Amino acid sequence: MPKTLFDKIWDMHRVRDDLLYIDLHLVHEVTSPQAFDGLRLSGRPVRRPDKTVATADHNVPTDGTKVARLIADSLSRTQVETLERNCAEFGIPIYSLGSDRQGIVHVIGPELGLTQPGMTIVCGDSHTSTHGALGALAFGIGTSEVEHVLATQTLVQRRPKTMRISYEGALGSGVTAKDLILATIGRLGTSGCQGYVVEYAGSAIEQLSMENRMTVCNMTIEGGGRAGMIAPDDTTFHYLKGRPAAPIDWDDAVARWRALPTEPGAKFDREEAIDASSLAPMVTWGTTPGMVVEVTGHVPSPEDAAEQAAAETTARALTYMGLKPGTRMTDIALDRVFIGSCTNSRIEDLREAAGVVTGRHVASTVRAMVVPGSQQVKAQAEREGLDKVFTEAGFEWREAGCSMCLGMNPDILQPKERCASTSNRNFEGRQGAGGRTHLVSPQMAAAAAIEGHFVDIRGWN
Amino acid sequence: MEPVTTITGHVTVLDRADVDTDQIIPKQFLKRIERTGYGEFLFFDWVRSGEITIEPNPVLVTGRNFGCGSSREHAVWAIQQFGFQAVIAPSFSDIFFANCTKNGFLPVELTEDEVRSVAAVGEVTIDLETQTVTAGPRTFRFDIDPDIKDRLLNGLDEIALTLQHEADITAYEDARAYPSPVTTSL
Repeated sequence: MPKTLFDKIWDMHRVRDDLLYIDLHLVHEVTSPQAFDGLRLSGRPVRRPDKTVATADHNVPTDGTKVARLIADSLSRTQVETLERNCAEFGIPIYSLGSDRQGIVHVIGPELGLTQPGMTIVCGDSHTSTHGALGALAFGIGTSEVEHVLATQTLVQRRPKTMRISYEGALGSGVTAKDLILATIGRLGTSGCQGYVVEYAGSAIEQLSMENRMTVCNMTIEGGGRAGMIAPDDTTFHYLKGRPAAPIDWDDAVARWRALPTEPGAKFDREEAIDASSLAPMVTWGTTPGMVVEVTGHVPSPEDAAEQAAAETTARALTYMGLKPGTRMTDIALDRVFIGSCTNSRIEDLREAAGVVTGRHVASTVRAMVVPGSQQVKAQAEREGLDKVFTEAGFEWREAGCSMCLGMNPDILQPKERCASTSNRNFEGRQGAGGRTHLVSPQMAAAAAIEGHFVDIRGWN
Repeated sequence: MEPVTTITGHVTVLDRADVDTDQIIPKQFLKRIERTGYGEFLFFDWVRSGEITIEPNPVLVTGRNFGCGSSREHAVWAIQQFGFQAVIAPSFSDIFFANCTKNGFLPVELTEDEVRSVAAVGEVTIDLETQTVTAGPRTFRFDIDPDIKDRLLNGLDEIALTLQHEADITAYEDARAYPSPVTTSL
């Protein structure tokens, strides 16, 4: 029987019944301390430190602090120092503050070549789905499961359902991977993919760069999906070749990887199709990623909702966001712009944003920042002169970390501040208590920074 | 982990869909390195602003896609440490659901109509053994994975259960045809 990419990886990793072997475990400071405590309490070692790697990302200041003991916030400092101590005690390699490999966990995995096709990858972070862009099965887990993987290198997993979303046609100029995934979540809903592993397929996906594929898979969780995957191809192999952890038996590895894609006739539990050529730049207006419209659209009205509950949800979101129904999206003025996060902080994202701002200046009413996803991305961008493009345009150029995606470090919104953000969640308070987040692509964020309000990148020059 | 058998008492209703884990326990409380001390910060921003009040009862009843967003297990710890023993909703995010079951905390999925009915009655008995929720005159059946049910009923440690199969894990590792990346030699 023809098999899907997911079927092949799942079957290859079954130890017994529902026990799934994990090839790579990524660890960060926020969701791991209680797991290490659990190991100590029960006297268990880490089974495979050689399949585990850690970095500090959520809590780190992006101001150039190079060692954990100099982090000003005492709780953040404790958390990063605890991670460093735990890794030393259990023999786990770590790229902490000061390392030239430090960065957002979902940026450094692919960057070091640790993320490879056909692998199973987990991390105590919901955006682990990012790694599926290279043809891996990758998903987020909680702290109890982190402890389980540390102790056993396996997870107890029921086989999830499978779904394929096919995107035929080409994305229009100015329409990006971020718009593709936001539009998908808008259509299928924030729980539309619950219980499914999603394979993104079709000509529009095949044409995406590796970085852009990561953006798509990254936001799978915002549609409720367990994991997102894309078939490995020459784009994948080209990206991986020469990276530090790339296989030594390269040609054999590529031959193995070429056998992974879903076979013709393989059955999915569910299939969806989206015409990529019909998609437009997207902007969220509310407090879930599914509350999204095209940039040419308007803020919706609670009166347009089909049922009472949805009307109340819309009304509450508009109150939080401080928006009036019927407002044109391009009339929404901004206080802040954030380009970064595990969704959009890779070199390709920064190149695309820089291309928009060259020779222009950030509006006087806006404070804008660019936060590279890793030290490697930062160094690459500086080699290409992108830092100069941004700083000359009035953007702040900062050190690698999760930064203003989640408000666990000094980069936060003030109450009622409005931000165009390339991150993944516009939940209430996500970027700081009372902060108002609009999710957009890097180009749309960059253009909004210049104009001080959203613009349709397609007609902007 | 304490065994879960039956849970009886009043319900607290939070009539909202898509309640994300950032609302259940905001990020500033994720900086703690302990597993306890989260209960008092449950729904911190909503409670502090006076938008909602949360009555301490054994059962939380809420809307679909509960626990979406971040994988933070702190969300389950906060709900449990506040005093809830179970949560009833039409659907849960996958990661949140799994996190509940690792902590001896029972997530129960009922239909939208059944959830509304439970909320209206205001009192409930959940019996995990028979997989039933009784609210007033009506009894609803819920599904749960048999292995998860067994683990919850007996309060079993999943890691200890898995380590009973350590020989299988070693055999799998020995039999793997090709290696995966080695993090310790980069």
